[in-house]
Amino acid sequence: MVSSTDLTKIASQVRRDIIRMVNGASSGHPGGSLGATDFLVALYFAVMKPDPNKFSLDGTDEDIFFLSNGHISPAWYSVLARYGYFQPAELETFRKLDSRLQGHPSVMDGTPGVRMASGSLGQGLSVALGAAIAKKLNGDTRTVYCLVGDGELQEGQNWEALMYGAAKGVDNIIATVDFNQKQIDGPLEEVLSLGDLRAKLESFGWLVLEMNGHDMAEILDQLTFAKQQLNQGRPVIIIMHTIMGFGVDFMHDNHEWHGVPPNDEEAERALAQLEETMGDY
Amino acid sequence: MIDFTNLGSKDTRSGFGEALLELGRKDENIVALCADLTGSLKMNAFAKEFPERFFEVGIAEANMIGLAAGLTIGGKIPFTGTFANFSTARVYDQIRQSVAYSNKNVKICASHAGITLGEDGATHQSLEDIGMMKMLPNMTVISPCDFNQTKAATLAIARHIGPVYLRFGRPKVPNFTPPDQEFVIGKAVLLEEGNDVTIIATGHLVWKALEATRILAGKGIRAEVINIHTIKPLDDEAILVSVKKTGCVVSAEEHMRNGGLGDSIAQLLVRQFPVPMEMVAVDDTFGESGKPEELLTKYGLDTPELVEAVQRVIRRN
Repeated sequence: MVSSTDLTKIASQVRRDIIRMVNGASSGHPGGSLGATDFLVALYFAVMKPDPNKFSLDGTDEDIFFLSNGHISPAWYSVLARYGYFQPAELETFRKLDSRLQGHPSVMDGTPGVRMASGSLGQGLSVALGAAIAKKLNGDTRTVYCLVGDGELQEGQNWEALMYGAAKGVDNIIATVDFNQKQIDGPLEEVLSLGDLRAKLESFGWLVLEMNGHDMAEILDQLTFAKQQLNQGRPVIIIMHTIMGFGVDFMHDNHEWHGVPPNDEEAERALAQLEETMGDY
Repeated sequence: MIDFTNLGSKDTRSGFGEALLELGRKDENIVALCADLTGSLKMNAFAKEFPERFFEVGIAEANMIGLAAGLTIGGKIPFTGTFANFSTARVYDQIRQSVAYSNKNVKICASHAGITLGEDGATHQSLEDIGMMKMLPNMTVISPCDFNQTKAATLAIARHIGPVYLRFGRPKVPNFTPPDQEFVIGKAVLLEEGNDVTIIATGHLVWKALEATRILAGKGIRAEVINIHTIKPLDDEAILVSVKKTGCVVSAEEHMRNGGLGDSIAQLLVRQFPVPMEMVAVDDTFGESGKPEELLTKYGLDTPELVEAVQRVIRRN
């Protein structure tokens, strides 16, 4: 078992990668990427632990993950690279011509670890439910994970999917809401409030858990607990409390860094706050 | 001249339903999803025999497309069913990202296409679906002409790996394709040979083209008739061979002229062999309530309009 301390070290490197990727591409989404880093590191390195050398689109007999809020691709690509799906050096190509690392995840480019394009918001949860149903039909007992953004929950398709998952008892899925309460235009509360999200999700029939998305030990505990709640007739969703821009003081909790890359000087200031633990690409 | 016999009028959607059941019996990876129109799509038999592989998703088409895309991850071959409008316009971005761009093996099966949906009126009459679907990279677009061909097409798309849009209709129409005729995706069917004009038709208008051919023969005009059941990829070769012989062409479809079959043929001919062309299609307007045959007449999609279009194009040649 990888310890929380080890995971935190990996997360620090992933955050460095994120800053360097969006700075290198002069575009991309650092804020949400930094906020979801701890979760993605914990999920791959300590919970799903897929075999990166045996990647298949079908993901048979392994846990699989879908990223619905595709704009946080820098975090996902870095985690995939650091976990072993491809060489970290490839992160340099992010958002550049002829790269597999498209601005938003794609399948046609053959990026290892990616099974579905995402970026146009609101679609990932439906896809994850479909994949979960396929696993059931195949007698595959592994779990499907899906991360959705909180602003993304303003898209109606999510609520079709939430209704479906509970009504039909798709109980081999753990969805996580990246609840940083920020979106491009400002605080989620001001743009379009989700109201009482927990009550909404509960009334749709999902088992709702919450966790601090920046406490490694808590993430591991809650994901372990969530897994124990599977196969009981209802899907599980975790409201993960995160902070946009976490780990970089001037991006911390600031929606202005949702989709703006740091310039060279800002990137340097950011990197000075993040320990290089695995060697920069 | 070949005498095409109506083997007994049937709706194309029933051809889909029969084939789906057959597929379900042959391959356990075949799954079906429907958005509260199981009876209309003729999916009941599949639903009854394979309840564990049939997913009633309710009136939530966006989720249906996403579920279908997800089901392919794990090797399932999902067939989604709803009306053509709700299969395309309603869920265009879901299809674009989760199916076409992600290149997933989803079969989007759309019934009640075109104006012959009839009495429900313009809200339900999809006249733009071919255009929307053919614009998507990776998407194959199929529009069979009768019951037998729809059945054969349904069986064929299950064997094809990749996203497919299959378009069929509501009314009972003449069924004349031999039941054992092989369906090859992308391969046009030459129905009638002639030297004076090429009529290229799809869907319900293939039978109208055959009717027009009989009338034209009485006027001394020998028309060649091609049934284009696959709009994308288009059978360029079959079209070019025929048009090089006849020197003029009329397209016929139950769809908007913008974005339809005629538009694809025109693109081909303009680039490779420009000849006079007329298009029998809906002219940038919505439909309305009415009986299918009344609507075909009012919107210029019936046999007399085909005959007139042929006479016009021959005068231009």
